[in-house]
Amino acid sequence: MKPAPFSFCAPGDLAGVLEALAANGEDGRILAGGQSLVPLMNLRLVRPEMLISINRCSELDYLRLEGDSLVCGALVRQARAEESDLVQEECPLLAMALPYVGGQANRNRGTICGSLAHGDPLAELSAAALVLDGEMRIAARDGQRTVAAEDFFLDGLTTALQPGEMLAAVAFQRQGGDERSAFLEMGNREHGFAVAAVATRLGMVGGRCEFARIAMLGAGPTARRIRAAEEILTDSEVDDAAIERAVTAAHDIIEAPSDLHADGEFRRHVLTTLLERALRQAMAGE
Amino acid sequence: MPEKIEVTLTINGETRRGLAEPRLLLADFLRHELGLMGAHIGCEHGVCGACTILIDGRTARSCLHFAVALDGAVIDTVEGLAGPDELHPIQEAFHQNHALQCGYCTSGFLLTTLEFLRRNPDPDEDEIRRALTNNLCRCTGYTNIVKAVAEAAAALRAAD
Ligand code: FES
Ligand code: FES
Repeated sequence: MKPAPFSFCAPGDLAGVLEALAANGEDGRILAGGQSLVPLMNLRLVRPEMLISINRCSELDYLRLEGDSLVCGALVRQARAEESDLVQEECPLLAMALPYVGGQANRNRGTICGSLAHGDPLAELSAAALVLDGEMRIAARDGQRTVAAEDFFLDGLTTALQPGEMLAAVAFQRQGGDERSAFLEMGNREHGFAVAAVATRLGMVGGRCEFARIAMLGAGPTARRIRAAEEILTDSEVDDAAIERAVTAAHDIIEAPSDLHADGEFRRHVLTTLLERALRQAMAGE
Repeated sequence: MPEKIEVTLTINGETRRGLAEPRLLLADFLRHELGLMGAHIGCEHGVCGACTILIDGRTARSCLHFAVALDGAVIDTVEGLAGPDELHPIQEAFHQNHALQCGYCTSGFLLTTLEFLRRNPDPDEDEIRRALTNNLCRCTGYTNIVKAVAEAAAALRAAD
């Protein structure tokens, strides 16, 4: 199908974008790569009155280090991040998650912030943002605010963004050299939508896990942290017994939804299997 | 209805201008405004790959872009792969291997292959299949497409 009619503007800088967003309120939508938004517009599930393109705002196209963070501006395309040495070195978990996002043609155009702002319940980058303690930098004409990734994803396709606001950047926590990471996903086909996925990040010091981050896709209405499993691994060795306890704890709290692609019980089974594999893979990795 | 906006694109090395309503998809702009029929429209929501073109040298779905948002971009379509009486080595390999029947999906496969072989000039079969997972073909059963891509890779390596 073809999208419903809309008006279009493409301001040359962020100030112009925020002005246009403020002027259009609920009727305005940001267009970055369009890989989440345009399919919904073509199906007429979404009908913005005004589309505000950020594609001319080169000031939003940056990947840089700021203190403990790797900050990614709103125009950074997924493929560029995937190919970036900075991402590989500073946030290997993000580099592991990116290849699962859509196909090459989607990643060439789609942006990291666009995927996050869209808030698909099975978006790989939402799980990555949770385990990397993401800080969402939200801009509006009248000011900025930051929201922790954990407080950003409220429900399927619903985030903390209010009318007039956009996700201007996301700051991911830089991973230390002694961290172990893994991202595993199962879908009906490679690069299709995920049925379930697990992101893990373990901070190892002298054989013990100093901190653990575990997030799952398909374990609830949005990506979510699995704190019960994190707590079991924290201050512990990550051996077979600890992994088994963590997996059991996760199993008990997963609320996997049923849909066309998988019923809840199957998803839960897949998630616990992926968690076990992810923990083993993370520990086996460098 | 919102006004039409002038759009200038560099397509296959030539500057092309046209008028587009904001909602006009790049695929329709190419086909109906500019008469370039090589990109086909299958699903119109990013799933099938029949509409694949290159934007600034990288594959993209022309059904998931609005022409007005690409003003100034460099676009390559299947029409630019080779001269009117020639075949690009990837086209030649598809031809030789019966890698198409109706041809509806073919331009998308050709451009996906072009980008893939630039990144990975010597792929194995598994890598080829992975690279093609987001292009659908309802005719061939893929086997001959995979063969064609392997043969195209060899031909391009030999020509280098
Ligand atoms: S028509 Fe664009 S991907 Fe199917
Ligand atoms: S040749 Fe007919 S769809 Fe591929």
